[in-house]
Amino acid sequence: MRGAGARAVLSGLASVPVTLFGLILVTFLIGRTMPIDPVIAIAGDRAPPDVVARVRLELGLDEPLFVQFWIYLKQLLQGDLGRSVMTQRLVTEDIARYFPATLELATVAIFLAMAIGIPLGVMAASRQGSRLDHLARVISLAGQSVPVFVLGLLSLLLFYVQLDLLPGTGQQDVAYQGTVPDITGMVVLDAALSGEWDAFWDALAHLVQPVMILAYFSLAYITRMTRAFMLEALSGEYIVAARAKGLSEARIVWRHAFGNILVPLITVIALAYAGLLEGAVLTETVFSWPGIGLYLTVSLLNADMNAVLGATLVVGAVYVALNLGADLAYRLLDPRVR
Amino acid sequence: MSFSRAWLLTDTPASRQQAAWGQAYRSWLLFRRNRLAMTGLITVIVLALASAAAPLLAPQNPSLQDLPARLAPPSWEHWLGADELGRDLFSRLLYGGRITLGMVVAVVALVAPLGLAVGCVAGYLGGFTDRVLMRVTDIFLAFPRLILALAFVAALKPGLTSAIIAIALTAWPPYARLARAETLSIRNTDYIAAMRITGASTARIVFRHVVPMCLPSVIVRVTLDMSGIILTAAGLGFLGMGAQPPMPEWGSMIATTRGFILEQWWVPTIPGLAIFIASLAFNLLGDGLRDVLDPKQR
Repeated sequence: MRGAGARAVLSGLASVPVTLFGLILVTFLIGRTMPIDPVIAIAGDRAPPDVVARVRLELGLDEPLFVQFWIYLKQLLQGDLGRSVMTQRLVTEDIARYFPATLELATVAIFLAMAIGIPLGVMAASRQGSRLDHLARVISLAGQSVPVFVLGLLSLLLFYVQLDLLPGTGQQDVAYQGTVPDITGMVVLDAALSGEWDAFWDALAHLVQPVMILAYFSLAYITRMTRAFMLEALSGEYIVAARAKGLSEARIVWRHAFGNILVPLITVIALAYAGLLEGAVLTETVFSWPGIGLYLTVSLLNADMNAVLGATLVVGAVYVALNLGADLAYRLLDPRVR
Repeated sequence: MSFSRAWLLTDTPASRQQAAWGQAYRSWLLFRRNRLAMTGLITVIVLALASAAAPLLAPQNPSLQDLPARLAPPSWEHWLGADELGRDLFSRLLYGGRITLGMVVAVVALVAPLGLAVGCVAGYLGGFTDRVLMRVTDIFLAFPRLILALAFVAALKPGLTSAIIAIALTAWPPYARLARAETLSIRNTDYIAAMRITGASTARIVFRHVVPMCLPSVIVRVTLDMSGIILTAAGLGFLGMGAQPPMPEWGSMIATTRGFILEQWWVPTIPGLAIFIASLAFNLLGDGLRDVLDPKQR
C-alpha cells in the first residue's frame, strides 16, 4: 500500500518539470514577439547606433532563437529575471516585495470562503429544494456571473462613501505608512508581530473589502461543488444503511456523507485558491492593493517587459504548485486512487 | 414531412430524420419546463436581437459627444444617462453588446473546433500522440486564464483582435480534455470496431463518428464557458488591454468612468449591470442545457 502511494506521488511529480519547461518556453516566446524593442528599453531611444549594437550583442539578440532561449533558461536557473525598467530594481526583488500582499489577501479570502461555502453547500444538499438550497443556488450563480471589478467599485461606493464604515483603497492609511517594520511583508501580520496595534486595526480594516470581494469569487465555486459532492454522497447506499440504523440526521450528514467528500473537497479548495490569483489581478486594481496583480497590470501599461514576464512566470509556477498539491493530496488521501 | 406533435413523439419513427427530430423535440419539452433556463434563453435571444438591431434601436449615435449633457442622470433624452463626454449611455450599451457578443462568438468559433480536434485525435490515437497533445494542453492549463491572456495581449498589442486571440488561446484546453475523455469512452465500443473492420479511414472515424458523439457535452461546456469569456473580455477591457476606449465595450466603459463612482455612480454601474445580466443569462442557459443534454454531469 505504501509503495503504491509513493509511486502515485512520483508519477504526479514527474509531469512537473515538463509543465514548468513549457511554462518558461511560452513566456519566452511571448517576450520575443512583444512589440517592444528590449534594446531601446535599456539603452533609451536616443542612444547612438554603436551603443545600440553593443547592447544588442550583450543581450545575445544576434544569436539564433534557441540559443537565446538557452541564455534565458540559464539566467532563470540562477534566479535572474532581469531588471524592471519601471522600478529600476531586479524583478525578483519586486516580486518578493509585492507577492506577500497578494498572499495575505488570498489566504484570508480562502478561509472566509471555506467558512461560509462549505456549511452552506452541505446544508443546501441535505435539504434539497428548500429555501436554503435556493439561496445557495442564487448566491453561487450570482458569484459566477458578476464581474469582480464591478462588485469592488460598488462595495467602495457603499461601505466607503455612503456608510463610511470602512476605509477606501490601499493597504494602509497614509498616517501609518512606514510605522510597521517589514518582517513578512504582510502588513496585518507585521503590525501584530511588532505590537503596533493602531496600525494593526487600520490594516485589518483596509483588508475587509478586498477580502470580501475575493472571497465571494471563490465562495460561489466552493458552495456549488460542495453541494454537488454532497448530493452524490447522500444518495449512496451506506447512507440508507445509516438511516436504517436509526442514526441522527446530523450524524448522517456530517459524519457519514461529509466525511466521504473531504478528499475531493481538498482538491476544489486548492483550485479555488489558485483561482484567487486571477481574481486578485482585478481586485487589486480596483483597491490599489500593492500585490502581484497590481504590479503585473501596471507593468503591462508601462510596457515593462521583464516585469510582465517575470510576474507571469512566478504566478504560473505558483499555480502549477497549487494544482500539484491538489493532485498529490487526492492521490495520497483517496485509497481508491492508490 | 409534417411536424405534428404525434409525428414527433411517435415510438416508432419511420426514418432517421424523424427519430432525430423527435429526440430534439423531447429535449425541448424537457428544457421548456425549466423556468430559469427559459429565462436565460429568452435573455440571450433579446440581447442578441438588441445588439443586431443596435443601429435601429439606438436613439443616438453612440460616439456623438454632447458636453453640456456630460454625466447627465437618466432622463427622457438620455434613457440611462450620459457618460463623461455626454455620449448617450443606452446607445453605447447597445453597440457594446455587439462587441461583447461578437467576441464571444469569435472565441467559441476558434476554440470549440480546435479543442474538439485535439481532444478527439489524442483520445482516439492514444500512445505517443496522446501524450504529446495532452502535455501541451497541460502547459496551457498551467496559467491562470486572465494572466496568460494579459501576457498574450501584451505580446500582440492591446486591441479587440488581440483580446479575442488571447482568450481563445487560453480557453481551448478544457475542451480538449473533455473531448478526449468522451473519446476514450467511445473508442472501444463495438460500432467503432465495426467501422474499422469495414475499412473506414481513421480521419473518417474520428470526424464522422467520434466528434459527433462529443458534441453534446462540448455544447454544454461552451454555453457555460460563454459567461467566463464575457467576464474575461470585460476584465481585459477594464484593465485597458482589450477593446480600446472610443469603442463602447462594456469593460472599458467602466474603466474610463470608474472615477465617477462616488458622485455619478450609475455611469460605471450600468455597463457593469449589462455584463452581469449577459453572463448570468448564459449561466442559466448552460445549466438548463446540461440538465437536458448531459444528465450525468449534474
